[in-house]
Amino acid sequence: MNSFWLHPSLILILGSLLLLLVPARLKRGYLLLIPILLFARILTMAHGEFGQVHILQWTLVFGRVDALSSVFGYIMSLMCILSTLYGAHVKDDWQHIASWFYVAGSVGCIYAGDFITLFLFWEMMAFSSVFLIWFRGRRESLFAGYRYLLVHVAGGVALLGGMVWHCQTQGSWFFGEAFNNLAVHHATPATYLIMIGFILNAAVPPLHGWLPDAYGEATFNGSVFLCAFTTKTAVYALCRGFAGMEILVVLGVIMALYGVIYAVLENDCRRLLAYHIISQVGYMVAGVGLGTQMAINGACAHAFAHILYKGLLFMGCGAVLHMTGESKFTELGGLWKKMPWTFVFTLIGGLSISAFPLFSGFVSKSMIVSAGFEEHKYWVGLLLLLASSGTFLHTGLKVPYFIWFGKNQPKQETWDRAAEPPWNMNAAMIIASVLCIFIGCYTPYLYKMLPYPAVAAEYHPYNAYHIFETLQILLFTGLGFFLLLKKLVPDPTISLDMDWFYRKGWRVFLWVARKPVQAADTFIGELYRVAGLVPLMLSARVAGLFDNEVIDGAVDGFAESIRGIGRRLRFAQRGQMQQNLAFAFAVAAVLILAFLWYSNALAR
Amino acid sequence: MKLVKFIEFLRDRLKAVTLVCIGVLALLALLDTLFVSNEEAHTAIEHVPAFWSIFGFIGCVLIIVLSKWYGHLGIMTREDYYEDKPSQTKEERHE
Repeated sequence: MNSFWLHPSLILILGSLLLLLVPARLKRGYLLLIPILLFARILTMAHGEFGQVHILQWTLVFGRVDALSSVFGYIMSLMCILSTLYGAHVKDDWQHIASWFYVAGSVGCIYAGDFITLFLFWEMMAFSSVFLIWFRGRRESLFAGYRYLLVHVAGGVALLGGMVWHCQTQGSWFFGEAFNNLAVHHATPATYLIMIGFILNAAVPPLHGWLPDAYGEATFNGSVFLCAFTTKTAVYALCRGFAGMEILVVLGVIMALYGVIYAVLENDCRRLLAYHIISQVGYMVAGVGLGTQMAINGACAHAFAHILYKGLLFMGCGAVLHMTGESKFTELGGLWKKMPWTFVFTLIGGLSISAFPLFSGFVSKSMIVSAGFEEHKYWVGLLLLLASSGTFLHTGLKVPYFIWFGKNQPKQETWDRAAEPPWNMNAAMIIASVLCIFIGCYTPYLYKMLPYPAVAAEYHPYNAYHIFETLQILLFTGLGFFLLLKKLVPDPTISLDMDWFYRKGWRVFLWVARKPVQAADTFIGELYRVAGLVPLMLSARVAGLFDNEVIDGAVDGFAESIRGIGRRLRFAQRGQMQQNLAFAFAVAAVLILAFLWYSNALAR
Repeated sequence: MKLVKFIEFLRDRLKAVTLVCIGVLALLALLDTLFVSNEEAHTAIEHVPAFWSIFGFIGCVLIIVLSKWYGHLGIMTREDYYEDKPSQTKEERHE
């Protein structure tokens, strides 16, 4: 290491290890102190390459600070303060530790200058965030957590494979290359593999099934963390590596509309918001695909604004869940009397995501749309505007209407429990609301931070045409909403999505496995019958005996034991299973280190 | 609480609120047609009077109708869809 450079993630990691030792009465202050230290550290970091570590023949760069990483680092650490404040009354230290490790992973990815470092932090994010789902403690969340983990491990494998392959074609024998823009116009299979790893985390269809599945099941404050970090870190990685990749424009537009369509059908408010993450990240992915300076500015600005307003929306719905125990529209309604301020904050989030003038979405989303029009890709601009009509329809209207108004009367028990949330949750929502409005009103605050500030300074969202365009789209969407209100009343259903393939797809596998086995069985039976003439009866009987006792017994026994193991695994106590996982990760880490050491010894 | 009182106040005058909203919509479309210059328009179709009003309304209706149609193709299903024990029921059927 050249000189000591304090990595921002280290503050969180050390901070979470010390959290267990902090006495209870100091805990809330400590919980705020660490994220504020993180934020302060990120504010004071000069641009340049720091934290270079030479291991074997590679140079790991832990701290590449430039305009692109700074804007993401800034918003991630700001969101860490807000989300921690929001959940500060939670007594379980492990929840805070998991979320801080998760943020540390995300911040580490953002400042990573090479593929190895990026990958390490990338996996750290996946393995720590899964606990935010598990800690909800429901049986469903346990399963949802495992699915989340498996999907992300699969994505990680794609990413790792792509990185190794890519770096080999670049001449370095392992994956120690610097992480920069990949040659997107001459994409190789390796480039595509890396892209798959990134877009899985960005929840680009068809690789998005994990997102609504997991975010709807996480703890009330865990979802506030989840909604900010995984997808936006992926957006950062795409900005860094894939600016100008044409296919991302198409994927982004599909995403933007896909999320909107599923949001119409959704009955759970947090799953609805999760579908709107997919929709909003679609704008960013399309911006990355367009690749112009204005589009990249737009992607970054929208990620920045999105983290705040989506966090705010998840805080509002999380507060409803926390106070009433319900998150389904069919179980809620008329809460304006009980939680009026939560309604106001959620509405501000809704107006921000819908890009109302004076709210944050207006100054960020329009950059991407304009970049589309400027590139003469009119279909991109128009379809994204259509998606923004859908955004207002759901997040601005459906969510507030069916939770706080509507004809539905919740159960007495839910009604009695409903009340305004604790002060810290309110405080987090107030700060987020103020920031959403501030960003919308005072554009230089955000625009000066963008990777191309000169281009951003020339962009003026507040002109008559743009304001009238937006207001007309949104308000006439409102008209449509109230005219078709009857069609929009939520049904108590769930919607099948891509996660069906790994939640039900195993049946197909079972069918394939069963059919050939059965066919073989029938075939052998037939053979016995035909060849089983009198002289062969005896041997046939012996064979039959063998078939019955040995083969069937073995097959049945094997199947039975697999089922037994499966059943035990499924219902294994959480703690034990997680210990096993931790053990497995540790063994993997040791193996990797041993491999590195061994290969180094060989190289000498 | 003042906020609750304010919401109550608006709810008691739902008709007036609705009329005001409709007035705002009409005014918006009118102002756009009369005063806002189309210089910034990207495409020719935007020169249609109150184009974005029509776009917003039709877009919203399309999204609702198409999504519901798609949902009723079988995408929307019962809440315990993933919870049944297919392995047991299937095996019972098998035996």
